[in-house]
This record gives sequence, structure tokens and C-alpha cells, in this order.
Amino acid sequence: MSFLQEVNRRSGEQVQLCFQCFKCSLGCPVAFAMDYLPHQLMRLIQLEKREEVLNSHTIWLCAACETCTTRCPNGIDIAKVIDTLRQMAMEENKGTEKEIVAFHKSFLDTVYHLGRAHEVGLMALYKLRTKRFLDDLWLVPELVKRQKLSFRLSKVENLGEVKKIFKKAALWQK
Amino acid sequence: MAEIELAYYPGCTLKTTAEEFDLTSRQVCRELGIKLIEIPDWNCCGASSAHEIDAYLAVGLGALNLVKAEKELGLDIVVPCAACFQRLKVAEKELLKGKYPEFPFEGKIKVYDLLRFLAQPEYRRKLKQKVKKPLRGLRAVAYYGCLLTRPPEITDHPQPENPMDMDQILKTIGVECLPWSYKTDCCGASLVVGRIDIVHQLVKKLYEKAQEVGAECVVTACPLCHANLDLRQREINTKFHTNYYLPIFYFTELMALAMGIGQPEKWAKGHLVDPLPLLKAKNLL
Ligand code: SF4
Ligand code: SF4
Repeated sequence: MSFLQEVNRRSGEQVQLCFQCFKCSLGCPVAFAMDYLPHQLMRLIQLEKREEVLNSHTIWLCAACETCTTRCPNGIDIAKVIDTLRQMAMEENKGTEKEIVAFHKSFLDTVYHLGRAHEVGLMALYKLRTKRFLDDLWLVPELVKRQKLSFRLSKVENLGEVKKIFKKAALWQK
Repeated sequence: MAEIELAYYPGCTLKTTAEEFDLTSRQVCRELGIKLIEIPDWNCCGASSAHEIDAYLAVGLGALNLVKAEKELGLDIVVPCAACFQRLKVAEKELLKGKYPEFPFEGKIKVYDLLRFLAQPEYRRKLKQKVKKPLRGLRAVAYYGCLLTRPPEITDHPQPENPMDMDQILKTIGVECLPWSYKTDCCGASLVVGRIDIVHQLVKKLYEKAQEVGAECVVTACPLCHANLDLRQREINTKFHTNYYLPIFYFTELMALAMGIGQPEKWAKGHLVDPLPLLKAKNLL
């Protein structure tokens, strides 16, 4: 299967429909920080540039704001395509923006252990500890297990149901 | 006296750093005759992380809540947090396609975001009657962010590029709500953890554009937007040598204030940018 076919099948989208109108990139708030703009990413998929795409910073910098998806004249859900690319990159252990990957994984770890998260709390903590907190992020699941987090924790009673969902999530386990 | 009952999904942030959004959402609903019943044993919807990492988690975590609400309460769900709202809508749409038999959901109940729910004409009429102290002279911009409206296939929002729900509510309570072109621009959301430099740029632009049209404060409906705009203001002032003083409100806080319910000091203490000096200067306390 070609890279284009694989992306289409997994995302349910039709990336070959992109005719390079730039509309997605013009409205993208994070364009200034990306290595490939969203329309370029679509073109690279069409051209079978698997390595360039999965190793790009763009797929991790995308803020999932859905502006591109809302505006694409060909109805391509670009944000969903990028979600798919992130998942493919994860499967192959690619993740050019290590800190962003680390954050998402730590976030989900807290949900696995508690059924609930403290996303904004994590952000506030990050502010207090500045850069060093990135190292500490990996500690979160450990702290949760030992009930050592200083937030007031609220927790789901029936954690079994939540864990069952995680067990089916092959990529989270990676 | 409550006239209708709704299932309430607070979500994780409303139980932690966005407590003031939870508090004022409950106050405002009670005053408008809406009884909120928390979904029993609700769990995290996966927020901005699950869909980046795993497609099954992205649907499953939200789906579990829908099943609980339908089975145990049988009431429509209202969600204050924009990010949770969008995740529950994704789950709703996916479950109705019938591809997840492990989550038995019949679609008898619907998912609403609190902002759009309260902006319905019926509730705006009620709100108008309940206003005790119109917030005259307060100049604000309504900031919707991304996930209340986009993508419209998920949110079913009729005006994803120019929503007016919050504008209408703010005008009803007497706020001078100014038009601006950045109401649905992105604040950077969870990029704040890995790449705060990007969030600084995006948020600074929002401050700039809000001030350009003469706003003295920004009103939000999303805990992630609130966190990025409120928590980062001091940092941004230091980094860019600016001196922004732009309090960031939840729309429910201003509604409660105008209806004269609760104590503003209670919710204001959760803000890093203290809104009380502005409200005092405007004679609104
Ligand atoms: S908006 Fe759609 S068609 Fe236009 S460049 Fe972007 S992906 Fe391609
Ligand atoms: S969803 Fe991602 S790529 Fe699309 S406009 Fe938003 S940040 Fe850019």
C-alpha cells in the first residue's frame, strides 16, 4: 500500500483531492513555527514522502485548532490527517518534538491511573518549575501511584471501565 | 425553582484550576431555572491529548460518559468546557455511526455547550429579567477560541467563523461588547507545555488586537483559553516589555455579577490577573 493510501485509509480522508490552494496554511495560527506548512504537508503525502512527513515538526506543532479543516474547499479534514500522522509517527517511535509527546503521554498516564486529569494544573506546575518540569513530567504517574501529588485529586470510582478502554488503545501502550 | 433538568459534565479542569467556571456555571444555571445533575462517576474525556496519540482512546473516553449519562440520567448533557464539549461531540457522532458496539448509546440524549445553550432566545429573555446591575461601561471582546465552533461537522455550530452567542449574552447584561476579527483565533492550547514560545506569540497577538479595538478585558468560555490568557500575562509583559492589564473573565462570572448572585471576590481570587481593580474603577462591585 502506498503512503497516500495508508494515510487515506486510516484517516478516512482523501488527501489526493488537495489542489494546493494554500487556504489551510493562510489561516494556520502556528504556520510561523512549522517546518512544512499544512498545504506542503498534503503535497508531500501525495508525493509519497513518508520520512519527511513523519519526521516533520509540523505534525507535533499543529495545535489542532481545526481552522484548516473548517476552511478546506475540498472538504479534507486536515487536522484529522495530522492526528493520523502523529499516530503513525508514534508507532514508528518518531517524535521530533519530544517534549510535546512527553506531555501528552504523561497527561494520559494520569487519566489511566485516576480516570481524571489535571491538565491546567500541570500547566501551572510547569510555570512554577519552568524548564526543569519537563523532566518531572515523567514522574507524574509515579507520584499519582503514591498519592504524592499536591493537588486535590478527584478520582473515578469505577476505574475498571476506564482501564478497559486504555487496554484497547495499542498506541498509548507504546 | 428549577424548571428543567440537565446532565452536567464538569470535566477535569473545572474541578481544579477552573473552579471559578464551575462555581459560576452552577450559580447562573440555578438562577435561570436549570437544575444541573452531575453525571455519576464521570471520567476524563481525553482532552487535547488522547486524539494526538491514539484514535481509540480519542473516542472511547468520551463515549463512556455518554453511555453513563444516557443510562443513568436520561437527560441532555450540558458542558461548560469547550475542549470537553468537542470531545463529547466527536464521541456522540462516532457512536451514532454504530462502529462501537461496546458502548451502547442510542442517541436519545444530546450534547450542548453551556454557552450556546444559555444564548438561546428563551434563556436570554430570562436573563434580561434577572439582571439587577447591568455592567454598563465595561468594554470587552468575546473570545470563543477553537473548539466551541470547529469543525462545524462535529460541533453543529451554524456560524463557525463568526459566532455571536457570547456577544449576545454580554450585550444582554449591559457589557459593551466590541467587534473584532480574532474571536475564533487559537491561543495555542496545550502547546503551552512543550512549546511555550509559540503560545506567547499567539496570546500576545490576542492582547494586541483586543486593545486595538478598545477592550479593557477579554471574556472566554474555555478553561484552556483562560489559562493561556490569564496565567501568561505577566510572563508576556516581561518577555516583550509590555504592560498589558487585561483581566480575563469567564462569561458566567460576568453573568453572575450582573444578576447580583454570589460574591465576585470568590471567583476573582482564582485569577492571576486580578479583575477587581477594573470592576471597582467601573463601579461594578
Ligand atoms: S485548503 Fe485543502 S485544498 Fe487547499 S491547500 Fe489546504 S488541504 Fe489543499
Ligand atoms: S489544525 Fe493544525 S494545521 Fe490546521 S490550522 Fe490549526 S494548527 Fe494549523
